[in-house]
Amino acid sequence: MLARRVRAKVDGFKAMRGGIVVAVVVVAALIPQMTQNQYYLGVAFQAEMLMCLALGLNIVVGYAGMLDLGFAAFFAIGAYTTGILSTKEHWSIIASIVPGVVIAVVCALIIGFPTLRLRSDYLAVVTLGFGEIIQTIAINLNQTGGPTGIYAIPALTIGSVVVNSNTGYYYVFFVLVIAFALFSTRLRGSRLGRAWLCIREDEDAAKAMGINTNHYKLYAYVFGAVLGSITGSLYAPALTAISPASFGFSESLLIVMAVAIGGLGSIWGVMFGAAVVEVFPEVFRSFAQARLLVFGVLLVFLMIVRPRGLFPERAFQGAGTRIRALLGRTKIASPLLVAADAIVAPPTEDP
Amino acid sequence: MTAVLETEHLSLQFGGVNALSDLSIQIEEKSLHAIIGPNGAGKTSLFNCLTGYYRPTSGTVRFQGSEMTGLDAAKVAGLGIRRTFQNIRVFPKMSVLENVLAGGHLRATANLLSIIVASPGFRRNERQLHGEAMTSLEFVGLADQWNKLAGDLPYGMRKRMELARVLIANPVVVLLDEPAAGVSSVEREELSRVIQRIHDQGTCVVMIEHDVELVMEIATDVTVLDNGRIIASGQPHDVRKNPDVIRAYMGRERK
Amino acid sequence: MVSLLLNEIGNGIFLGAFFGLVALGYSMVYGILRLINFAHGDFYMVAAFVSYTILGAVLVGHSRGQWWTVLWVGILVMIITGGLAMLINQLVYRPMRRAAILSLMIAAIGLSQVLENGVLVTPNWGATYLVYPVTTPAAGFNLGSNHYTWGQLIIVLVSGLLALGVYFLVSRTLLGKAMRAVSEDRIAATLMGINVDLVIGIVFFIGGALAGAAAVMTGVYYGQIDYLMGFTVGLEAFTAAVLGGIGNIGGAVLGGLILGIVQSIGTGIFGAEWAIVVAFGALVLMLWFRPTGLLGERVARRM
Repeated sequence: MLARRVRAKVDGFKAMRGGIVVAVVVVAALIPQMTQNQYYLGVAFQAEMLMCLALGLNIVVGYAGMLDLGFAAFFAIGAYTTGILSTKEHWSIIASIVPGVVIAVVCALIIGFPTLRLRSDYLAVVTLGFGEIIQTIAINLNQTGGPTGIYAIPALTIGSVVVNSNTGYYYVFFVLVIAFALFSTRLRGSRLGRAWLCIREDEDAAKAMGINTNHYKLYAYVFGAVLGSITGSLYAPALTAISPASFGFSESLLIVMAVAIGGLGSIWGVMFGAAVVEVFPEVFRSFAQARLLVFGVLLVFLMIVRPRGLFPERAFQGAGTRIRALLGRTKIASPLLVAADAIVAPPTEDP
Repeated sequence: MTAVLETEHLSLQFGGVNALSDLSIQIEEKSLHAIIGPNGAGKTSLFNCLTGYYRPTSGTVRFQGSEMTGLDAAKVAGLGIRRTFQNIRVFPKMSVLENVLAGGHLRATANLLSIIVASPGFRRNERQLHGEAMTSLEFVGLADQWNKLAGDLPYGMRKRMELARVLIANPVVVLLDEPAAGVSSVEREELSRVIQRIHDQGTCVVMIEHDVELVMEIATDVTVLDNGRIIASGQPHDVRKNPDVIRAYMGRERK
Repeated sequence: MVSLLLNEIGNGIFLGAFFGLVALGYSMVYGILRLINFAHGDFYMVAAFVSYTILGAVLVGHSRGQWWTVLWVGILVMIITGGLAMLINQLVYRPMRRAAILSLMIAAIGLSQVLENGVLVTPNWGATYLVYPVTTPAAGFNLGSNHYTWGQLIIVLVSGLLALGVYFLVSRTLLGKAMRAVSEDRIAATLMGINVDLVIGIVFFIGGALAGAAAVMTGVYYGQIDYLMGFTVGLEAFTAAVLGGIGNIGGAVLGGLILGIVQSIGTGIFGAEWAIVVAFGALVLMLWFRPTGLLGERVARRM
């Protein structure tokens, strides 16, 4: 029966996809062993951190299709909560993650509830404003250290291990990236993910499926807030000092660019986008001030030519099908072809 | 026979326009009820009121005897009333399979925790839903298109996919907005068969159609709308001979 | 106490004149394209810098007859900014006319970055505040116990005239009718023989021109400009447009006035650094209670 054939094909995908992913993970894990250059390691863990933020925003923008221009606000909430609690009240970093998440969720609900039911353009500006408000609060309150921010944040301790090197934080964020990616994949392969995509594609038709669009938009926004806040809480000890300047519209914009360039909704795409956004300015340091200008031009150009980003979900679906058609007959080529499909278009569900 | 879906003195006004005026209609359960009438008669507006997309200005809507006037569209869908759209609204960047799975949204019951850990209960529920989605697709003859992006399908296939998406929800009432519009005569035959099979399974079908032949072939009841009012209602062949209908809709004597 | 309040209201009306003009541009583009052009505030900023350069070149050595110079340079800058807006529509938004709104907004943001950083790297412009070559004299008049300058009065009058001009254009001319048609139903407008792309281009031109006027007035009044001025004003203008009812001309003007007053009072109470918080507080409150704005209408959705 057709359903059985379909399932066999996809089980094959899954096996190979698992293999590819493991290979990539192993290679990535070995990067710190390949170089001792602290500068590169620093860039690397910042890139991973941006990947985490991008994965968080991906749920809001990539899945649910809501443009959030103030995502750095949640990042700030996590970072400042951890910064304040660890320096003033001597909480451990891990323990401080929880109140950060709680505050972020509360804020998300307060902002989200009146505005998510409105048009996406209004939401974009309101989220932008929310980001500005959080940054303004951070700059102007004494408790948040004012313009200088919070310094002397203690290092992260996991059990008896104290993490205080670039390599250490590389691994910390490495684990976080994997956790967030897995989390996203799980959500995506469930009715939550499908509901979000429906809302993104056609909100009115989504309602006809019985989807309570207001609730699901709120879920997406809240999940994004949670992931952003957790990332912020780990950013604080990684940098040992935080200041309001790192949590403004520019930051939110970088995260949006990571998702927009990498590919809406695609986990690999979004991670690639984050890597590009983080590494690009470093590579083109010689351009100095003109970097952002060039970036802006590239972004505009990309939106005209590929509005959904470089690797949106199913970017290479067509290529995969053609490869399959060519190689599908031979016994030798079959596993190769399954691998090719797994790399270019990891399927999103299993019938 | 009881009315599964009915309206009483339903009125809908947009600014100065009376889209629907004092409209009282009864849809009997297990019927295949066609709603016909000239363009602008208010047929789709009626559907939108029945499915929660428009809030009527006055009047009531009842489903299985209980009032549901002004109920939100998602809740209406949750009651078991499903619809298709006049200008086909698929989810273009989702696969055909996922589109149909979306229709089964309310039948996916796993909670957040079981989703995150991918518990056996969650997997079982997903597998079952996928199976039902494939069954729906087979019912409309689209099983081999399961992995295509819905936006890439030709028009006729998209119409059938909308049907599959409606069926997976095991609806009580299905509202089809011009299911045969714009399709080739071959597709039309296919659609007619599918609609009849849906009806044969005991689902109540309400259908807006311009294709009078199709209506005469398969409908059990017909209601004719003109300018937001009902001008005739009853068995297809009686309605067809009604002079008001002929005047309003067909414009001349029809042999 | 009352005179303090009146003073704030007076200031607010004046501030509102700026917001209103920029908000008008936002509103018109939104009305016709359903797009919030994030780069709109940056048109305003670019206009300020362009006028700075032109005025700087033209006024070298001369201090007499400078008001006439400001006038014709102002008009020139309006035309230039309008042209820039039209060009950007042609190059960026028009090719994307079928793309999803999300991609359009991202493109608008990218555009905003291009304009801001473009100004940043241009020699003679750059990152620090630039002092505008013309400033308003302090001479003025008294209303009650508050002192207002002639400059302020002129600015409010000019803004009002421009807004009235736009109103007449949209409601009494054939072009205005075409604009309203395109904004209501683009396909039907095409079928009526309206050159939709041209009309959209003209709307961008008008929006840009209004922003240009506001920019010159800002330069003259506040005396300094910087490359980020567009960002803040853009947000505030959008808030004003939403407060009054987006897509609505009267709404943009009214929203501008209200926001000006609210912000004036708010910063009077909390301090100038909380200006943006006040503005957004007003926005969120309005969206919560009356999403269509004060003068906005509910548009029936076609299903």
